[in-house]
Amino acid sequence: MTVRQLSVFLENKTGHLNQILRVLAKNNINIVALTVADSSDFGLLRAIVSDPEKAMEVLRAHQFTVRVHDILSIEMDAAPGSMSNILDLFTAADICIEYVYAFSFGSKSILIIRTDNPEKALEIIFKNGLKMISEEELK
Amino acid sequence: MPRNEMRALQSDRLKQLVYHVYNNVAFYRQRMDEMGLKPSDIQSIDDIVKLPFTYKTDLRDNYPFGLFAVPMKDIVRVHASSGTTGKPTTVGYTKKDIENWREVVARCLTMSGISSDDIMQISYGYGLFTGGLGVHYGAEATGCSVVPISGGNTRRQLQLMSDFGSTVLACTPSYALHLADALTENGYSLADMKLRTGVFGAEPWTENMRMELEKKWGIKAFDIYGLSEIMGPGVANDCVHHVGLHVHEDHFYPEIVHPDTKNPLNDGMEGELVFTTLTKEGIPLLRYNTRDLSTLNRETCACGRTTVRMKKITGRSDDMLIIRGVNLFPSQIEHVLLEMGETSAHYMLYVDRENNLDTLELKVELDESKLTDTIRDLQNLSRKIEHALNSAIGLNVKVTLVEPKSIIRSEGKAVRVVDNRKK
Repeated sequence: MTVRQLSVFLENKTGHLNQILRVLAKNNINIVALTVADSSDFGLLRAIVSDPEKAMEVLRAHQFTVRVHDILSIEMDAAPGSMSNILDLFTAADICIEYVYAFSFGSKSILIIRTDNPEKALEIIFKNGLKMISEEELK
Repeated sequence: MPRNEMRALQSDRLKQLVYHVYNNVAFYRQRMDEMGLKPSDIQSIDDIVKLPFTYKTDLRDNYPFGLFAVPMKDIVRVHASSGTTGKPTTVGYTKKDIENWREVVARCLTMSGISSDDIMQISYGYGLFTGGLGVHYGAEATGCSVVPISGGNTRRQLQLMSDFGSTVLACTPSYALHLADALTENGYSLADMKLRTGVFGAEPWTENMRMELEKKWGIKAFDIYGLSEIMGPGVANDCVHHVGLHVHEDHFYPEIVHPDTKNPLNDGMEGELVFTTLTKEGIPLLRYNTRDLSTLNRETCACGRTTVRMKKITGRSDDMLIIRGVNLFPSQIEHVLLEMGETSAHYMLYVDRENNLDTLELKVELDESKLTDTIRDLQNLSRKIEHALNSAIGLNVKVTLVEPKSIIRSEGKAVRVVDNRKK
């Protein structure tokens, strides 16, 4: 099970990130998780929001460059070492991690993970009985 | 040479030239036939205005050797410069052309006060570009000691300049400034150098820049003008009085024409500079329009020379940029972007000068379909464009992706270039 993640292209301009947040706020879209990756020339905002379709629509209407992609989301135990245990499984299967971020939602700890081999990653998840999080559980 | 003798010589050479191109270049024969013009219609240099113009596009359309007037067995050298669609413009030289080239460059260097007592460091690029080899042969003809170091590698340039005691530097004016500014950081001072003369060209530069170079280096700086289509460096050069560049008009006949109507303009009026190659055998050109803006002056110079002088070039009538001596049309960039098809064709080119070297930054709008969730994909896209531009135009361009619709749309003629180099 995957969740949908927004990717928004961010030029390096003062106030740019906040413009995006304001558009989302105005349209009553809740941000569940957010991370910004940056390079020397531009940034890339990744976010999990309450309504990805609507978010994409309103951001596009405001001239932002935005796409939605499916992404793996795994529930972790709220205990030391739980994230490391999960990554061990991927490493053993020779799966490379492109990026990862984690957040808490209610009592849940959630890991968002993007690998270079999504199919093999899913296989690992099912084989090891890891629990995936659906969008419904994040509402 | 008195002006009437020069005119007689030019008339003779023009008549021969017109027969030569009419009989040996299909392109010119067709043009002249279309105009109902016969070689016998050209009786003196005044008849030159009857002849058709030649443009850079004509060289491109006849790529690579279509405008050559002799068989390849008589061509001993080929040079090329970048063209507007990735195809270079090609020129060919016969043995006689190379001799004439050596002669005109030697005249330029002599005009700059260079003699067999000098050690000349040639930091123009050697290779397909006409700068290095063109100046090289003329320099040898003056008898000076030539150091053919070619362009780049600033540290080594300064080291050899100091170790060899180079007295003359030949390169682009911007590179000369860059070298001057690099002295201190490389552990040198002017006292380590014996430089006394600079022969700078291959890009437009102002009188202010000449004075700055003279001050920074403690030298006399001269402007050598030329373009590969006509010969390469050596078409004209300024003398110690710096009141315009003396054109070697026994080889290259200059005219000034109105940029719109292409009608000939009188001396003193500014327009497009046009050259006819009076003696060239390999690729003789009739009335080649350089698109450089200048004026002509036929008064005798304070130095005593009677040759026509052209005003120092500071601008052009088209959008061609000269970046580190390399010709660049914005349309070349557009062509690369359209061919790749990975971004929109909306772009803005920023030209700057950092440490006296020209830099290029291209801002291009990202296509939404190319956005993924990783930074790496975007960086790969920029790098891919940078690589394609580098192989197409031979220059390094920094590519920055920007948001769609963020580049200003023009309602009239599109503004594609912001040139921040100081005038």
